[in-house]
Amino acid sequence: MGLLSDPNRRRALIGMLTRMPVDWLVRTMQARGLEVYTQRFSRKLPFPDEDKERYMVKGTNVYGILRAPRAPRTEALVLSAPCSPGNENNQAVGILLGLAQYFRSQIYWAKDIIFLVNEHDLIGMQAWLEGYHHTNTTGMDWSPLQGRGGSIQAALSLELSSDVVTSLDLVLEGLNGQLPNLDLANLFYAFCQKIGVLCTTQGKLPRNDWDTTSGYSHAVQTMMLMVLKQASSRPWGDHGLFLRYHIEAASIKGVNSFRPYKTDATTVGRLLEGMYRKLNNLLERLHQSYFFYLMPSLTRFVSIGYYMPAFGLLALILLLRALDLWVQLSSPPTRTTEDGVEVVPASPGVLSILTPLVISHLTGVALYTLPVLSQELAVEHFPVSETEAVVLTAIAIYTAGLALPHNTHRLLAGEGTEQGWKVLKLVAVLYLAVLLGCTALINFSLGFILALTLVPLAAFITPHVPKTLSAVVMVILSPGLTLLFAVFFFQELQETPVTLQEGWMLYLSVISQGILDHALYGSLLYPLAALLVYPCWLLFWNILFWK
Amino acid sequence: CARAPMYDFQEELVIRPLHSGDIYASFQFRTVWDADFMGDQKVSHYRLFPKSLGQVITKFSVRELHISFTQGYWRTMQWGQPYLPSPPGAELWVWFQDTVTDVDGTWKELTNVLSGIFCASLNFIDSTNTVQPSASFKPLGIGNVTDHSFLRYATLPREIVCTENLTPWKKLLPCGSKAGLSVLLKSEKLFHSTFHSQAVHVRPVCQDPQCRTTSMELRQTLNVVFDLHTSGQGKREWSLFKMFSRTLTEACPLASSSKVYVDVTDNPQVRPFELSPATPLLTQAVVLGDRRTYSVYDLTQQASFGSSRSLNMLLRWKAADGEMLRPLLHSERYVAGYGLQAGEIHTLIYNHHPYRAFPVLLLSAVPWYLRLYIHTLTVSSKGKDNRPSYIHYQPSKDRERPHLLEMLLQLPPNSVTEVTVEFERALLKWTEYTPDPNHGFYVGSSVISALVPSVVAMDTNSTLDRPLFSSFFPCKEEASYFMRVYTEPLLVNLPTPDFSMPYNVICLTCTVVAVGYGSLYNLLTRTFQVDEPSPGLAKRIANVIRRFRGVPLL
Repeated sequence: MGLLSDPNRRRALIGMLTRMPVDWLVRTMQARGLEVYTQRFSRKLPFPDEDKERYMVKGTNVYGILRAPRAPRTEALVLSAPCSPGNENNQAVGILLGLAQYFRSQIYWAKDIIFLVNEHDLIGMQAWLEGYHHTNTTGMDWSPLQGRGGSIQAALSLELSSDVVTSLDLVLEGLNGQLPNLDLANLFYAFCQKIGVLCTTQGKLPRNDWDTTSGYSHAVQTMMLMVLKQASSRPWGDHGLFLRYHIEAASIKGVNSFRPYKTDATTVGRLLEGMYRKLNNLLERLHQSYFFYLMPSLTRFVSIGYYMPAFGLLALILLLRALDLWVQLSSPPTRTTEDGVEVVPASPGVLSILTPLVISHLTGVALYTLPVLSQELAVEHFPVSETEAVVLTAIAIYTAGLALPHNTHRLLAGEGTEQGWKVLKLVAVLYLAVLLGCTALINFSLGFILALTLVPLAAFITPHVPKTLSAVVMVILSPGLTLLFAVFFFQELQETPVTLQEGWMLYLSVISQGILDHALYGSLLYPLAALLVYPCWLLFWNILFWK
Repeated sequence: CARAPMYDFQEELVIRPLHSGDIYASFQFRTVWDADFMGDQKVSHYRLFPKSLGQVITKFSVRELHISFTQGYWRTMQWGQPYLPSPPGAELWVWFQDTVTDVDGTWKELTNVLSGIFCASLNFIDSTNTVQPSASFKPLGIGNVTDHSFLRYATLPREIVCTENLTPWKKLLPCGSKAGLSVLLKSEKLFHSTFHSQAVHVRPVCQDPQCRTTSMELRQTLNVVFDLHTSGQGKREWSLFKMFSRTLTEACPLASSSKVYVDVTDNPQVRPFELSPATPLLTQAVVLGDRRTYSVYDLTQQASFGSSRSLNMLLRWKAADGEMLRPLLHSERYVAGYGLQAGEIHTLIYNHHPYRAFPVLLLSAVPWYLRLYIHTLTVSSKGKDNRPSYIHYQPSKDRERPHLLEMLLQLPPNSVTEVTVEFERALLKWTEYTPDPNHGFYVGSSVISALVPSVVAMDTNSTLDRPLFSSFFPCKEEASYFMRVYTEPLLVNLPTPDFSMPYNVICLTCTVVAVGYGSLYNLLTRTFQVDEPSPGLAKRIANVIRRFRGVPLL
């Protein structure tokens, strides 16, 4: 961090590094008989992205349309390859051009095929998709597209770093945990089997020994990776942004490891040709198969009918707890005074419930808005870069929110009553149930992880449990620390364990990426966490310190 | 006693090497019959005129009939303008005579009959896709009819055109596919192309310059574009044989004129291709506002066939693929937005004329299941609001008629005019979905009719190879020409229920109800009684007989 804190230096460096050979691409595609168009776009990030070293992004997408003979331009397929500097993805564009040339001389196409080379990976893809569908969800500047091919039916994004690969990895997780139709994955698997290419998902080879412990744990690890990736709500490849537009899409990544059997580019090309011919033959959009699934391997999946009950049982705890509180509240224990008169304790005022609700949500709003807004101020007063400023401000506000109970206590009109915390807890428990239910419907993995951490806490927290121990448990189970553990867990599952120091740096960068994903592509994780989950957690924190 | 009707038949093939390196072949067959269909005199003797069509025209009192079947979309940016534009799918527009009282009923019958004649699904034309344009489609023949209640227009963007449509079309020709130019019309080659369009136009025309009597004209056209890349196998040369797998050996004996034209306009200067056998016969014509030069091969002259007794033109390309064209007028249409609730139809109309504005008529017929929000209609050119001088809007009625929007727009020079309108996707009743609902629903092409300033008139550098006396005033030939441009059809996804799930649920519940609940209910509600078995009918009859016979009863 802080590597590129000087904006001028950064801009110069970025300008030098990321020039895509636009003219060459246009000429090459034209020579292959495509209709070639370009699209310019520019985007100023809310704060510098230090992972990808970019801030002011300017670029050009180049795309060529292969018009299908005797087709009325109503349907299209997309093959995209990000063109990034360096050796990360230098073979994909080559394969794309080769395929364009080959596809051009075939007569069987019924859908237009769009060959897209996008600059600045996801930002370029976002610009192109927004241009194609003429929407603007994130405030990006792009020049309008000149040529289109009708409604896009399916898309594949290609990432290859070397001319030979040992295996191909299929990436499915898209923006906000959306997944493409399972048939797309099945199609990929079927063709890999047919052509004889090793194929993986989450970088894990499928195994056949399901009944052994090691095979089982292997499958669980693969599935946990998928759960974590889906929960992150970020697009894990260029395909991720297509899903918003109801276009089935996946990324295919070439992996070159030290295995002895290599697959050359021709085989990858044959695989893609096969997949495109299959997609070309589709009469309808892919709709027959599953859209909600988890994959323990490429050959098996867990459907929504199997995993949803697990979440349902967790949510049931909340509902039962809420019912319990409701019953307790509707039949209050009466107290007998010295005179023998039964006194019903006064029901708590609206203010005593509303105050913590409002304050915790205001903290959430602060957590959502302040980090990006106050970066200038922070950079002026502290020796940090903008990115560090944003992340550290976010962490600071998050931590400051823990001081809430004391403030609430002062603001409250009277003493907190027994009735008071019960009403507050009832509200908080129902709030959490609705929140988790909605989240799980949109993004199961995220909802499940949040439910795993928040439901036990919501079930047991009262002002009467041991304060210190409970406070420690609560902090450990808070959304912020859950993210930290998830980072370590993810690295562990990927078999790239990190030290504490590295993990912390990774954690900081994950936070900044999350905020950027929200600003650039409209990922919902950051606003969800800041505006809803964190305030909800604060309510329970408030109950713990109820006086 | 009427004099014997006169007939005339002409056939013509125009070959135009396109800018993109593709090749465009346009056939026209014209039959003129000096018979008056409009009068009450009964016509029963048909010679060259196809009887099936003639009877239909008489029966349904059709004044003009235009029908086209097209597979593919004309690529204006690479190919320039077609001689006869047509939208993808089927298009039918008919002017009825003013004697017709029930236009809608006649239209319905006519479409069904034509559906049989052309082997096409024209019977799917009903009130939900028929419109009455108020300005865009004027009669092309004589007669100034202005009451557009006698006009019906419909498109079927989903119609697929193939051999079964070509065969009945060829049967309408006097020579069939036996002689003349029509021997070239072999379906295996015609449908191995990038664009295929066939049409039939029937209209009344003047019989003589004074226009005292009218005659019926039947024009059959067929346009096809062949792709250099896929069928050329790398060789950049074309011949009649390569295109159609036939050569020409004779003209149709019934034809009064039979000619093949090859567009060689670009050849004197640029020489992008070489034509053999060369012909000394050249002709010039102003087509679509542009003066073109053509080599003419007259098939009625034996000399055209040379010593080999067959004509096989050969074009050898020299130039490389051209870049994209900038036609004076072209358009683009797409659906914007995402999600299955709302959307926006964008129509972009480009005027590439450097200094002249010209008016266009935009017609779009949108099916009722896209509910247009007409208050969101915006028209803008160069970032400014462009107010249409004429708007004709007919709102849709659910399940009855489509939206019809016609506008007269002025396109500023060198500009893009954008017409946008928002819509909401309707949720259909479950029986209204097509068998393949996830394919999407089609919205037919918009039609842009325009008077485009002529390229010839635009040419200011006119002293080049023309006599001085002809080049003083900038507009010598027709100042502008009529053109029609069709936009792409749209494919829109509507919110579609999962048809497999209700099916499963219905099956499962029916089984559960029938087996479980039904039998239980049956047991619970049935009252069990000890019943004296009453003998059946057969037994009773048998007993009566036995009683007569005196045998013990059963």
